[in-house]
Amino acid sequence: MSLSLDEVRHIAKLARLELAAGDAEATQAKLNGIFGLIEEMQAVDTDGVEPMSHPQELAQRLRNDAVSETDRRAAFQAVAPQTEAGLYLVPKVIE
Amino acid sequence: MIESSLKDIAAALRDKKVSAVELATESLSRIEAGNARINAFVTIDRDGALAAAKAADERLAAGTAGPLTGIPLAHKDVFCTEGVLTTCGSKMLSNFVSPYDAHVVSLLKAAGAVMVGKTNMDEFAMGSSNENSHFGPTRNPWNTDKVPGGSSGGSAAAVAARMVPIATGTDTGGSIRQPASLCGITGIKPTYGRVSRYGMIAYASSLDQGGAFGYSAEDCALLLSAMAGHDPRDSTSLEQGAEDFGRDLAKPLAGLRVGLPKEFFAEGMSDDVRAAVDAAIAEYRNLGATTVEVSLPNARLAIPAYYVIAPAEASSNLSRFDGVRYGHRAADYGDLNDMYCKSRAEGFGGEVKRRILVGTYVLSHGYYDAYYIKAQKLRRLIANDFAAAFQLCDVIAGPVSPTVAFGIGEKSDDPVQMYLSDIYTIAVNLAGLPGLSHPAGFGAGGLPVGLQLIGNYFGEARLLNAAHQYQQHTDWHTRAPAGV
Repeated sequence: MSLSLDEVRHIAKLARLELAAGDAEATQAKLNGIFGLIEEMQAVDTDGVEPMSHPQELAQRLRNDAVSETDRRAAFQAVAPQTEAGLYLVPKVIE
Repeated sequence: MIESSLKDIAAALRDKKVSAVELATESLSRIEAGNARINAFVTIDRDGALAAAKAADERLAAGTAGPLTGIPLAHKDVFCTEGVLTTCGSKMLSNFVSPYDAHVVSLLKAAGAVMVGKTNMDEFAMGSSNENSHFGPTRNPWNTDKVPGGSSGGSAAAVAARMVPIATGTDTGGSIRQPASLCGITGIKPTYGRVSRYGMIAYASSLDQGGAFGYSAEDCALLLSAMAGHDPRDSTSLEQGAEDFGRDLAKPLAGLRVGLPKEFFAEGMSDDVRAAVDAAIAEYRNLGATTVEVSLPNARLAIPAYYVIAPAEASSNLSRFDGVRYGHRAADYGDLNDMYCKSRAEGFGGEVKRRILVGTYVLSHGYYDAYYIKAQKLRRLIANDFAAAFQLCDVIAGPVSPTVAFGIGEKSDDPVQMYLSDIYTIAVNLAGLPGLSHPAGFGAGGLPVGLQLIGNYFGEARLLNAAHQYQQHTDWHTRAPAGV
C-alpha cells in the first residue's frame, strides 16, 4: 500500500497540520516507509480473534456526581496564549 | 555521596554525616558541571531543590523522614510540575509552566525526595534515541558521540552520569528499559495501571506507564514503591494499595524458572549483545535458576501493531494542542482553522507530526478495520503468547536492544530503522506486563549491554528480586563512565 500525495494532503488537513508546499513529497516518502512496515500485519490470519483495546479488561469506574475541584480559572488561564475577562480569545468564527 | 546506594545515602542522612542541603548542592554542581556535555536536563531547579532540601532536613531532625527524604531526584519532563517548566521535549510546550503536579510528583514530594530538575526526552516521548527533542539531543555519558536511548534518555543519562541517584521515566514501547540498557543502569516499567498517569502528558494512553531508574534493582524498588498506588484521578489506575516492591529482594533464586523466548535468540541480536546476554543467563543458572525455552511466535508483529495503535492514540491525545488553552500559538494566522494548522505545524517536530498523520489515517473512515482493529487483534495474540509462556516459567529473560548505543545521527533520518531498535521491548507494553533492564556487561566500544527481565502481571517484586540477587553476585551495576 502507498499513499498518494493527495491522500497525504488530505490526512494533514484532517489532523490540522499545515503542510508546507515543499514538504508533501518528503512526508509521503517517510509515511510510505512506515506503512510498508505496518503492512506486515496483513500476513497473519486473525479471523475470530477478539480485538484487545486495553491491557485491563475492566469496566470503567464511575465517580459520584459531586464537586471535587476548586475554581482555578486564573491559574489555568495564565498559561493560555490569549485571554480576556476569563475567556479564551480566538479568531472570529461568526460574522 | 551521590554515587552511593540509596540505603547508604539514607543512613548518612540519618547519622547526620551529610545534610539534604549538602546532597542537593552536590547534585546541582554535578549537573551544572556536566550538563553542557550531556544535555540531560532541560530545566535545573536550584531554588526549588534547595528549599525542598531544607524542608527535608527539618523532617530528618524531627524524626519524620522516610526512605526517600532528602534524596535528590530528577523527573522526566513528561511529568507536570507545578510552577516549574514542563516541556515534554517540545516547542509546543516550551513556555508551559504547569499549574498542577502530576500524581507521581505529588507522591515523591510528600516522600521528601528533592527534585533538582527536569530531564530531556524525545518530543512527546516519541523516539528511541532522544534526538527528537526540541532542546537538542542528550548524549550518552559512556561516549558522547552515541545516543543514550529514548524516550527517557535524559533521565537515564542523568543517573548514569551520577548527577542524581534516581530518576523517573515513562515507557510506552521501551522508553525506560532501552535507555537503561544503553546507559548501563537499572530501570523498571511496572504492570500497566500501577503508576498513575494523572499529570503525565499522554502519548498512547493504553500503553504509557511511569517507572523508575536507579543504579540498582534495590534503589529502583524504593523509588517504584513510592510512585505506585491507586489514584482515582486516573480511570485506569489499578485499585490496589501501596506495595513494598522490595519485599522479596533477599529471596534466593533456587527454583526460579527463567523462560528464554526462542524468537528473541534466533536472529537480530549483535554478537556482543548476545555474548553479554548469554553470560548473564549463565550467571542466573549459577544462582540456582533453571532455564526453559518458551515461544512468543507473534512477538515479531509487535512493531507493526504498535505503530498502528500508538499513533492512533497519539493522534487523538495530541489533538488537545490547538494553540487556544496552552502551548504554542503561531504569530501570524488567518481564521480559526488556519490558527490550528499553523500553531500545530510550528509547535510539533517531524516525528510527532508523522505519528499524528499515521494515526489520523488508520482511524479514518474505510481504514479503521484494516489497520486499527487488525492491530488490536494482533495485540491479543501477543498477550496470549505471554500467557502461554508464563505457564512454563516465572520470568522471561532476553536482550533489551539488538545493539549497544548507536551513533548520534545514525538512524535519525530513517524512522523505520529507529522503530526496529525496540523489537524486544514493545510486545511487553502491548500486553501490559512489567519489564526491567539491568546492566549485564559491555559490548563493542566499551558500551553497556542490558538484560531484560519480563514478569507476569503484578510480578514487579519477583523481577526486582531476581535482578537484586544477580547484582549481589556481579558488579556491572557499580560501573560508572569515565570522568563522572
